[in-house]
Amino acid sequence: MANGNDLLDTFYQECEDLLVAMDEGLRELSEGESDPETINAIFRAVHSIKGGAGAFDLTELVRFSHRFETLLDELRAGRMTAEEDLIEVLQFSGDHLGDLVTAARNGEESDTEATERNLGLINKFLGPEKSSDEEVEIEFEPVSFDFDLGLATGGAGRHAITFRPTRDVYQLGHEPFRILRELAELGTLEVTLDASEVPTLDDLDPEENYLSWSILLETESSDQAIQEVFEFVDGLCTLEIRPEGDAAEGAALDTTPFDLAAGSGVSAATTVEPVPAPVEVAAAPEAPVVSEPTGSEPAPPPAAAEAAQAADARDKQGKQKAKGSNASIRVDLERVDKLVNVVGELVIHQAMLFQALENMRLSSGSELATGLDELSQLSREIQESVMAIRAQQIKPLFQRMFRIVREAGAATGKKAVLETAGEMTEVDTAVIEKLADPLTHMIRNAVDHGLEAPDKRVQIGKAETGTIRLSAAHRSGRVAITIADDGAGINRPKVKSIAIEKGLIPADADLTDAEIDNLLFLPGFSTASEVSALSGRGVGMDVVKNAIQSLGGRVTISSRPNEGTSFLVSLPLTLAVLDGMVVEVAGHPMVIPITAIVETLKPPKQDFHGLDSSDWVLSVRGTYVPVVDVGAALGFRTAKDDPTNSVVIIIEDEESSRTALLVDGIQDQRQVVIKSLEENYGHIDGVAAATVFGDGRVALILDPSSLVEQISRVGDPSNGTRIAMEERHAATA
Amino acid sequence: MSRRVLVVDDSASVRRLIVGTLRMAGFDPVEAGDGEEALAKARETMPSAVITDQNMPRLTGIEFIRAFRQMPGSAGVPVIFLSTENADAVKQQARAAGAIGWMTKPFDDQKLLGVVKKVLG
Repeated sequence: MANGNDLLDTFYQECEDLLVAMDEGLRELSEGESDPETINAIFRAVHSIKGGAGAFDLTELVRFSHRFETLLDELRAGRMTAEEDLIEVLQFSGDHLGDLVTAARNGEESDTEATERNLGLINKFLGPEKSSDEEVEIEFEPVSFDFDLGLATGGAGRHAITFRPTRDVYQLGHEPFRILRELAELGTLEVTLDASEVPTLDDLDPEENYLSWSILLETESSDQAIQEVFEFVDGLCTLEIRPEGDAAEGAALDTTPFDLAAGSGVSAATTVEPVPAPVEVAAAPEAPVVSEPTGSEPAPPPAAAEAAQAADARDKQGKQKAKGSNASIRVDLERVDKLVNVVGELVIHQAMLFQALENMRLSSGSELATGLDELSQLSREIQESVMAIRAQQIKPLFQRMFRIVREAGAATGKKAVLETAGEMTEVDTAVIEKLADPLTHMIRNAVDHGLEAPDKRVQIGKAETGTIRLSAAHRSGRVAITIADDGAGINRPKVKSIAIEKGLIPADADLTDAEIDNLLFLPGFSTASEVSALSGRGVGMDVVKNAIQSLGGRVTISSRPNEGTSFLVSLPLTLAVLDGMVVEVAGHPMVIPITAIVETLKPPKQDFHGLDSSDWVLSVRGTYVPVVDVGAALGFRTAKDDPTNSVVIIIEDEESSRTALLVDGIQDQRQVVIKSLEENYGHIDGVAAATVFGDGRVALILDPSSLVEQISRVGDPSNGTRIAMEERHAATA
Repeated sequence: MSRRVLVVDDSASVRRLIVGTLRMAGFDPVEAGDGEEALAKARETMPSAVITDQNMPRLTGIEFIRAFRQMPGSAGVPVIFLSTENADAVKQQARAAGAIGWMTKPFDDQKLLGVVKKVLG
C-alpha cells in the first residue's frame, strides 16, 4: 500500500472521532436512551473502526470489534434489550476498544488478556464464537472480494459458455466486451457472435444490447473463477456454462446461482426473455432471471431485509445527528502552529512598523498611516481566523471523563455518575491536550475523596449514586471549567490537622475556611488516610495546580460541608495572543489582559480608605474594592503613600470579585504575542507570560487574579514575588 | 475514454487508500466524503466510474446511487458498491439502486484494480 503510515495516521484520527461518537452513544444508552438512532450510531462507529482495522491488518482490533459489533447488531435488531448488565458489557467493550486503538497507534502490545476477558463477557450474551464468525474473520483478511457462489471447485478443461446479456445490460455501465476480455485472461477463447437479434436500423435502439455470444473456453481455472467473471452481470444475462463433453459436471453446475432458472436446468435458462429494467429485475420475485442466493447462505427473510433497510434509514439519521452538515478538513497541527507563529511575528512586525511611523511623526491622515491601519485590521482578522482553526470543542476531553468516573467508581466501590455541560465550548487545541491529565486527576479525586460511600449517602438521606458535574463555559474572555461533586465537602478540621502534622503550617495557625481548602494544593499534601489504589499515585493537587498554571490558568476550590466540593479551573482562550492594556509600573511596561478589565479610573485621594497602601480600599460608587499596588506587589518599589498620581484599573475575575490595581499610567492598548515565561524562565506568581513590543522592549503580562490572590495570601506583598523578580533580573541581566 | 473515477467514502483513510491505488494505476480519481458531495462532483464532471461506500452521513451509498442514476449522462457509468457487510440483502439493494457490482471491505490494491479494470477496462 502506498504511503501506509500516512494512511494509518488518518485512520487513527478517524478512530478518535469514532470513539468519541461511540462513547457518546454508549453514554446515552446508559442514560436510558435506547432508541434505534443511538444504538445505530454506536454500531456504525464500531463497524467503521473494524473496517479500517481490517485494511491495516490489525487483527486483534478486528477480532474484538467484530464481536463487539455482533453484540451491538443483536441489540440493533431488537433481539436483545438494553438491560443494565448488557449496557455494562457494552461500556467495558467500548473502553477496551479504545485501549486497543491506543495500543495499536502507539505500536504497543495490546493487553490480550483483557481482550479475552472482554470477549468472555460478550460471549455471555452471544454464546461462544461460532465457526461462522471465524469465517467472517477470514473475510477481513485483506483479500476478500467475496461472493457466496456455493460452487464446487475444479473443472479444468474445456467449457462451453453461452452468454446472452439482457437488452438493458448497458444501463448500469456493463460492457460485455470487457467480460469477454477478462474471460480471455483465464485461457484460450473461441468466441462466436450471435447477431441474429439485431433489428433493422429503424427499430434499433443504440443504447440497447442485441448481441449474444457462444464461447469455447479452454482453461485450467476453476469453475468458480469462470463464474466470478460473470459476477456483476448475474441477473442481467442468461448464462450457461457447461464443461465440454462432461455431462456430469454440467449437472453439478445447474445448482449454481448462475443457473438462471434455478433447478430447472439449461433449457429454461436459454428461453428467458430479456426483461426491461435491471432495477425491477433484481427486485421482482417473479422474474426468472433473478438468481436468489442459494447454497450455503439462505436468503434472509423479508423481515430481516426490511430491518436492514430500516436500519439504513436510521443509520443515516443517526449520522446526520452525529456529524451535522459542516464540511471539514483535517490539518496537521504542526502546520497550524506554524501559521500561528508566523501570524504572531506578523503582529510584532506590524507593531514595529507602527512604532517607526510614530517616530517619523507623520500625520495620522497620511496614506501610510491609513494603509497601516487597514493592514492592522486585516492582520487581526487573519489572527482571529487562525485562532478559530486551533479552537476545538472540549467535548472529546469531557467524553473521556465518563470512563474515568466509571473506573474510579468501580475501584473505590462508590456509585457515581458524571454530568457534563457546555461540551461545545471551544478551547485552544493545546489547552485541551494539556488539560487531560489534570482533569483526569481531579475527576478521580472527586469520586475517590469527594463522594461518600453509597451506604453512607443513603444514611444521610442523599441519593445512593453521587453526581460529578463537569462543565465548561466562556467567562470573562477565559474558559471556566468546573468540577463539582455532591459529596461530603472538605473535612476542614482533618485537613488542618494533617497540614499541621506534616509541618506545612504552624500548629497555632489561624486559617479561614478558604485558606484551609487551599492547603490541598500544597506540595506533599494528601488527605486520604491510607493511600488509595486510585488517587494515591504520588500525584497531589499541587501537580494539578502546576499543570494548570503552566497553561496560564488558575484553579480555585470551594467547598460546603455535606453539599460537596467544587474546583474552578480558569484557562486562557488561547496560548498565542492577547488583547492587552499596556500600563506603566515603576518605569516598566506591563500588560493587563483587556478581558479582565472592567474600567479605569483616576479617583481622588479621598476615595481611598485605610491606613496605608497595603490595606487601602477604594470606594467606587458606593462599594468598596480592595486595592493592590502593582509596583509594590511585584517588588519594584515600596508601597505608595499617595495614590493621587496613580491610575486605577478595576479588574474582575471569573468569580466576579473586583479588585483595583494601582498603576502609574496607561500607555496604550494593543494586541500582544504571548511568549511563555514558564518555558523560558519559570513560574512567577502574578505574572502570566511575557511579550515583546514592536520597539523590542520586553514586557510582563500580568495575571491579575493570581496577583490579587497572592497578595491576599501572603499578606505582605513584599516577600515572595520580590525574590522571584530579583531572580528574573539576575537571569535577564 | 476518461479515466476519472469518483471515490465516495466518509472514511478519509479508506478514500485515500483507494485514491492512491487508482492514481498509481493511471486513473484520475476524484474524492467525495459523502453522497451529496459526490452528487455535486458528478454534476460538475460526469466520471467514468464511481466507487462508493454504503455507510455514510447525509446520503447512504444506496441513496446516492439512486440519485446518481437520476442524473442525465449517468447511464452507462459503472458504480461499484463498497460494503463491509457481506449481506446479500444490501448487495441486492445496491444492485437494484443501480450499482454494477460490489466489493467487500477490506480489499487490497490488486483486488481493487481488478474490479475497476473489470468495469472500466
